[in-house]
Amino acid sequence: MSEQPLLRVVVRLLAPFILLFALYVQMHGEYGPGGGFQAGVIFAAGIIAYALVFGSARALRALPMGVFTAMVSLGVALYAAVGFATMIAGGGFLDYGAFDSQDPVHGQHIGIVAIELGVGITVAGSIAAVFFTFAQRARA
Amino acid sequence: MERLAILLLVAVMVALALALARQRNLIAIAVLSGGYSLAAAAVMSLLDAIDVAFTEAAVGAGISLALMLAAIALATRPGQTDIAPHDGRRAAALVAALAVGAALLYATSGLPPLGDAAAPIHGHIGARFIAEGPVATGIPNMVTSVLASYRGYDTLGEVTVIFAAGVAVMALLRRGREET
Repeated sequence: MSEQPLLRVVVRLLAPFILLFALYVQMHGEYGPGGGFQAGVIFAAGIIAYALVFGSARALRALPMGVFTAMVSLGVALYAAVGFATMIAGGGFLDYGAFDSQDPVHGQHIGIVAIELGVGITVAGSIAAVFFTFAQRARA
Repeated sequence: MERLAILLLVAVMVALALALARQRNLIAIAVLSGGYSLAAAAVMSLLDAIDVAFTEAAVGAGISLALMLAAIALATRPGQTDIAPHDGRRAAALVAALAVGAALLYATSGLPPLGDAAAPIHGHIGARFIAEGPVATGIPNMVTSVLASYRGYDTLGEVTVIFAAGVAVMALLRRGREET
């Protein structure tokens, strides 16, 4: 936690834009650089920057620890669920083309957006959970 | 021009590595290694590996630094972040470092030159990914099409590793309900 006004003002201004940029990287990964992994890291970085300056207690009031622990498993579950969904749709495991029998390219697109979201959720949740676990332990 | 910029950045990385080796303060070591990662990310972006550069900058220079600082705060007492002085085995460490460095330099001479189109890695399946990937998946960024579609199993494995890492840290370090 920092008492320096410069850090407090800059992080307060930047944090929402870091989170917004993470969502942009998540949604835009098919067209530009990045994807779920980078987006998850940036999202967690935004939260950690806020926690470093304003204290983890205040950051956890906005997004409690339970949210991050849930995200850790939710992302992998979503990824694996996409794999089983393609099998139900008649394809192989993670064979996204099966999502749209008329237009496999469209099916690929749906599958890739869904699994990238799974990657982003697990990465953001894991990094934030690791950081806050360290931070809470250090305070004790 | 690009080659000159890469050489300059590599020189910066060597200087940072030397500073890292001499530094005794853990916080300074963490910050210097973040700078090293940032220089590596700049080299990657000059080599047109934008996705790798992006990851290196976000993970190496960003998150790793934050997690290392959190770990230092966890493992040291405030104001006592210097590592213990040398215990007199510096000569052995120097010999080991020089031997490994020389072996790696020797191994580099066996690698194909940078950007060589005839390198084995370009002759295998990569050409098919580049030609077919964007068409078969409708995704212009071929890095994403390879990672998410062609290599979907591997990426699921990687996400499982991150899941396991997060769960392991929480299982080891999180204070139990009865203690709070």
